[in-house]
Amino acid sequence: MEAGKLMSMKEAVAKHVRDGDTAYLSGFTHMIPFAAGHEIIRQRRKDLVLARATPDIIYDQMIAAGCARKIIFSYAGNPGVGSLRCFRRAHEKGVPAPLEIEEYTHFGLSGRLFAGATNMPFLPMRTNLGSDLPPMNPLMKTVVDPYTGDTTSVVPPLRPDVAVVHVQKADVNGNSHIWGIIGEQKDAAFAAKRVIFSAEEIVDESVIRSDPNRTLVPDFLVHAVVHEPWCSHPSYVQGYYDRDNEFYVEWDKITKEHEATLGYLEEWVFGVADRREYMEKLPAGTMERLKPTPALSVPVDYGSV
Amino acid sequence: MPDVSSTELMVIVAARELKDGESVLVGVGVPNLAANLAKRLHAPRLLMVYESGAVGSNPTRMPLSIGDPCLVSGAKSVCSMYEQFAYYLQGGRIDVGFLGGAQIDRYGNINSTVIGDYAKPKVRLPGSGGACDIASNVKRIIVITPHQKRRFVEKVDFLTSPGFVEGRERWKELKLQGGGPYAVITNLCTFKFDDRTGEMTVAALHEGVTMDQVRENTPWEVKVADDLQTTPPPTDEEVSALRALDPDGIYLR
Repeated sequence: MEAGKLMSMKEAVAKHVRDGDTAYLSGFTHMIPFAAGHEIIRQRRKDLVLARATPDIIYDQMIAAGCARKIIFSYAGNPGVGSLRCFRRAHEKGVPAPLEIEEYTHFGLSGRLFAGATNMPFLPMRTNLGSDLPPMNPLMKTVVDPYTGDTTSVVPPLRPDVAVVHVQKADVNGNSHIWGIIGEQKDAAFAAKRVIFSAEEIVDESVIRSDPNRTLVPDFLVHAVVHEPWCSHPSYVQGYYDRDNEFYVEWDKITKEHEATLGYLEEWVFGVADRREYMEKLPAGTMERLKPTPALSVPVDYGSV
Repeated sequence: MPDVSSTELMVIVAARELKDGESVLVGVGVPNLAANLAKRLHAPRLLMVYESGAVGSNPTRMPLSIGDPCLVSGAKSVCSMYEQFAYYLQGGRIDVGFLGGAQIDRYGNINSTVIGDYAKPKVRLPGSGGACDIASNVKRIIVITPHQKRRFVEKVDFLTSPGFVEGRERWKELKLQGGGPYAVITNLCTFKFDDRTGEMTVAALHEGVTMDQVRENTPWEVKVADDLQTTPPPTDEEVSALRALDPDGIYLR
């Protein structure tokens, strides 16, 4: 094991997330790294450029806390519920601070990460033409397809300073197994300069090596490994816990006023030291309520020669 | 005819537009209900695909979002977000896409980005998500929307997802690989799009609805198909199958 990769979230954020960074906390509804977001708020990072196709409640919290100066996104909503009120308050009214936006389609932004991960000069795609999005974003350009002569939409690579990825299982070096909706986790890890992985479980390397097809990101890309059970609450982790939908609905009410939002942050982010304290503070029975029924996959035989 | 709500009626009419064996890119809520209803009635081989990367889902509950774990357990495949848009959507493998939005114009252009000015919004909406990508690549776009004057507009404040843009001629110049808008289903009628101009045209009025009601709720001079139809009323089978899908009335109420 490389010395010092396994650390607490506090250490990982202190070491790898800097003021002014472009940060990509990955996840498409699934495995949203709430614990990392809360730690970034507690350490009062500022001037961050927050990138994610689907900024949801955690970005809303980071915006309300004053961590962000800009957001790069393609769908800014509370998934299945409605608006992100803190995002809107910042963008529409400049509260608590003005928020610059840089906007794409889902294909555009996931394509930017893919281009960043694979070191492409730019990525052509069959979308954007005819939409009002390109005129609002100078980074969305067109080229002439050298083969057909057609006008083609292109997006530039995105290379975040830091990516945060939560997974089900990782070994101490960051080899990790991830399943369920895998969103843009792999692309974010390959595209970013610094990569923090957190995991529900830390397992022996032999567990990872028993099923290498399930490893989307191998250890040499990973700079920090954090053992963080329940990292994603109120989001979910496939096979570990379900989404706490009541909170998603509640967030819509909490954030109607900026003051009440700050009150939430005071109590649930600044008022706890870490994720373990946050979980202990939740109403009794929360964890049991969110436990899914097991649905095991059939093991595969890799053979040995 | 069974007594149905306007949402139930729209879902039933939308489900009828889906054919067995087709692939459909589904959103949460009403489109999810329409796809599931079609699958239980006339389209058992309907392939449901979600922009979160789930393919061939078999949800055991009403998904809370398009990234719900119930879309994964028991699915045929799950891929990354980039793969979903590149392999499935841009790959030309999706027949039908459902879209919604705050505003729609006569050419089926949709706004889901902003009310008011982009830089100084009156109301900032969530944005495209996959909508513009879906609009540009599926063979048929279906829109389900309440028929209200604030939604049907002369000109969308922001064109998020292209319909026929300024008409079929302009649309052809863009060389989008998709087939463009196909149907707009409201609580009053079903619009289809004129083969020549690309303009929204009333194809069928729902039972008991008059053209006057449609005109009152549409700000432009609405075109009507030569062979204007009356929507066949929902059957008992359709209504009971639909209500079984949403027993708590989360979306149908």
